[in-house]
Amino acid sequence: MKRGADFDDLAQSSGEWMRGTGPESDIVISSRIRLARNLADFPFIRRCSDEDRVSIERTVRARMESLDGWENICYIDIEQLSEIDRQFLVERQLISREIAEAEGSRAVAIDPTERYSVMINEEDHLRIQVMNSGLDLRNAWKQINALDDKLEAAILYAFHPKYGYLTACPTNVGTGLRVSVMLHLPALVITRQIEKVFRSMQRINVTVRGLYGEGSQYTGDFYQVSNQITLGHSEEKLLELIGDEVVPRIIEYERKARSFLVDQSQQDLHDDVSRALGILSTAKKISSEETMHYLSKVRMGVNLGLIDDVQVGTINKLFIHTQPAHLQKLHGRLLGSSDRNIERATYLQRHLTGQHGNGELN
Amino acid sequence: MKCQYCEKPATFHITELTEPTGPQVMHLCEEHARGFLQKDSMESAASIAGALAKQLNLGQTKQELEELDQKECPVCGITFFEFRNSGRLGCPYDYTHFDSDLTPLLRNVHDATVHVGKRPKRAAATADLQAQMIHLRRDMEEAVEREDYERASEIRDELQRIETEGSVADESETDA
Repeated sequence: MKRGADFDDLAQSSGEWMRGTGPESDIVISSRIRLARNLADFPFIRRCSDEDRVSIERTVRARMESLDGWENICYIDIEQLSEIDRQFLVERQLISREIAEAEGSRAVAIDPTERYSVMINEEDHLRIQVMNSGLDLRNAWKQINALDDKLEAAILYAFHPKYGYLTACPTNVGTGLRVSVMLHLPALVITRQIEKVFRSMQRINVTVRGLYGEGSQYTGDFYQVSNQITLGHSEEKLLELIGDEVVPRIIEYERKARSFLVDQSQQDLHDDVSRALGILSTAKKISSEETMHYLSKVRMGVNLGLIDDVQVGTINKLFIHTQPAHLQKLHGRLLGSSDRNIERATYLQRHLTGQHGNGELN
Repeated sequence: MKCQYCEKPATFHITELTEPTGPQVMHLCEEHARGFLQKDSMESAASIAGALAKQLNLGQTKQELEELDQKECPVCGITFFEFRNSGRLGCPYDYTHFDSDLTPLLRNVHDATVHVGKRPKRAAATADLQAQMIHLRRDMEEAVEREDYERASEIRDELQRIETEGSVADESETDA
């Protein structure tokens, strides 16, 4: 295991889940599974002393260091990071906002492909996460289950025969499993069907959140669909609920809405997505919100074959790389909001013109 | 799941991030959700725990509730009142100590009270043993603080013994 990470390198590259490949990747951005786990011999985070947190961090780090195959894992001490680096990891979906904003000893272990991350001292002692591109929950489960087995061999988990894996919040107890599928649903938003779709899902214990988890806005027409209950159903059942029942249904609705838009007026739609690309590739300053708004349209245009010289992977990366902390890391220095808007426009132009989206990011 | 303020089904699940005690999840029917979103804040009962405690209220007298609120975990010292307010438990032993008090809450949130699915191959056999480990670890930290390294080392051995025994017990169960 390596200590620390080169954030400049990280900013230049992009995670596995942003590739824009995998099943249903025209609509499904990523499939994520996380497991909440706690050490048996410590109180939960809320009742931990500062010494306890330090002790948990050290114990887990030492045990991780002894694991085979962990030589290339980067171990990052979040407490020591600058605010911008913390925000960078949040934008990258490698850590939660909660752990970024928390205090005291806390860390994250990340694999070089950014498929895996293990947060230490979040709401639970361990939050293990696996994230794949496209709709790929089965593989994500296989991967996280194996990783959990490996950690379990080194760490004694808090477990109750009746209640399962014990967690700080009773809403996570049992499997400790949260399955989240990130969907891009622009056509359901345009046709105003989205509310109806989500209302029907809430009846079956499914939660919907924005791009950056709890409490975040639904920007860029991105929606995260996840299971609400964790107790009383096996991991496989929960995967089935989200991956085989709920998500395919939403995909079907989104495809229907897209067809409807094409049938209704392909010319209007073509005009709309082309204008969006025009703005993104020629604007001289542009806010993050506006960028998300137009990138969403371009992404749909690419998937419908209305824009043919930009790749989905490029668009996926632009969504992340134009976020405030990423822009500043890529630019190499801190920027105020107005300078960021200029830098963002320059960055977009560089990646969407000339090489037609096959430029530096590919 | 029912709305936390009435008997209608909860169709809105709102996470309130600005609560001083940390993020709170609200489960509301359409009508109450509208009320909530229009008003900026709604004093107490914002947490899951608060909502569930409300459900508990139905069958309990004020005195019974007050007693429950004062009930304290012998391992981490959290009271049920603190849990109700924060929505977060203090240690693994809370699930044992507050067992019957948590059951209605779990049923409300998960519509189930028994875990189905993965089990660790290796786990400390009982809740009591896990509680004992938390106690021992604290004792060890105190021993280190007063520079009684001999005692600290004894406790470390004891902790390791429990950890190994837990796993051995479980493995033999698996073999059988």
